[in-house]
Amino acid sequence: MMQVELTVNGVQRSDEVEPRLLLVHYLREVCGFRAANIGCDTTSCGACTVLLNGESVKSCTVLTAQAAGQQVITAEGLAENGDLHPVQQAFRSEHGLQCGFCTPGMVMAAVSLLQENPNPTEDEVREGLEGNLCRCTGYHNIIRAVLAAASAAAEPATAQAEVTA
Amino acid sequence: MIPAQFEYVAAGSAAHAIDLLGQHGDDAKVLAGGHSLLPMMKLRLAAPAVLIDIARASGLAGVSLDGDEIVVGATTRHADLASSELVRTEAPLLAHAASLVGDPQIRHRGTIGGSLAHADPAADLPMALLVLGGSVEVSGPAGTRRVPADEFFTGFFETALADGELLTAVRVPRQAGVPWGYQKFVRRANDWAIVGAAAINGRIALANMGSTPLRASAAEQALTGGASPAEAAELAAEGTTPGEDIHADREFRCHLARVLTRRALEHLS
Repeated sequence: MMQVELTVNGVQRSDEVEPRLLLVHYLREVCGFRAANIGCDTTSCGACTVLLNGESVKSCTVLTAQAAGQQVITAEGLAENGDLHPVQQAFRSEHGLQCGFCTPGMVMAAVSLLQENPNPTEDEVREGLEGNLCRCTGYHNIIRAVLAAASAAAEPATAQAEVTA
Repeated sequence: MIPAQFEYVAAGSAAHAIDLLGQHGDDAKVLAGGHSLLPMMKLRLAAPAVLIDIARASGLAGVSLDGDEIVVGATTRHADLASSELVRTEAPLLAHAASLVGDPQIRHRGTIGGSLAHADPAADLPMALLVLGGSVEVSGPAGTRRVPADEFFTGFFETALADGELLTAVRVPRQAGVPWGYQKFVRRANDWAIVGAAAINGRIALANMGSTPLRASAAEQALTGGASPAEAAELAAEGTTPGEDIHADREFRCHLARVLTRRALEHLS
């Protein structure tokens, strides 16, 4: 066993874990954050995507020990003061989900994508989400949601005005 | 899937990692991004007793210039390689190859040193290092040495790294403005190449046409002798012994090697 210290969804933690404990199992079973799903368990499907120091990673292929001293954010940690993150809001508005299993991973991948490329083209969104599979094949609205989130971020004043009106 | 039990040690420096490798010998594996090793451990294809994590070892990540070469630290991640302005200017083929590895999540974790030491013949970065005529720096108990790409890949997932040695850096010649071509044939997003071909400066390298990344020597010689790209590309599969799998048989791989080599030679960036 080993002691790891890391920050999960803004809270500093210190836990005794086995070196072989995968980050996704740590998040789900030790921390109780179950948004990150275990889909393929082979670094393919992206359902377990979380942010490690702000960047998307597949938590089925990261050891908890490798995240020591770093910041992890799961979908549970995106909303602030009860307000959905703009990407979550866009998935809701554009109906960017069907069964919902891939959704937490899609959202986290999209948050990371928009941080690296705040104003992507549709092709760039498709390429940027190539590490996430939706077995419902609901990609169309997922792409729309990410583009909508990018537009909303680019025009916060306009969006705010519409909400107020 | 859960790996077999192991002991985990974080190395503070390359020297520390080499000491640990000396202590643990064959029982130890070096861990960087873990995106080749951890999947193998989860499938129990690998079960090292000790993992030596070099991801946060000092001095092993980053890109710099050294005379007419670019030096890339072994733990430099694919995402950082792909977005590095220095690499994009001085070795654009290498940045492009890094941008095609896996998917964004994998590129946030995987490292150039890990990919080269893993030596998957279907992978992007081994082919890129070979076509660029680069080399790797390795350090061990006996000191540091440089191994040219042409001598580094010795077999299927095998390299010239000796017991106790650590790959610490990668060197490629600066080739700003030199036209290059890069072709990767896949059926699915984020997959390994069924066949890949890359060309620059009269050199041609192939991915997944044998047990290691390969030079297309016959095609290179034809180019040197004045053959057109199309004529040279017809010779791309000569001397290769590609494997067969559910994606492609030998004949189809040879066909792909010829077509992709022609495209790599004709569609230059």
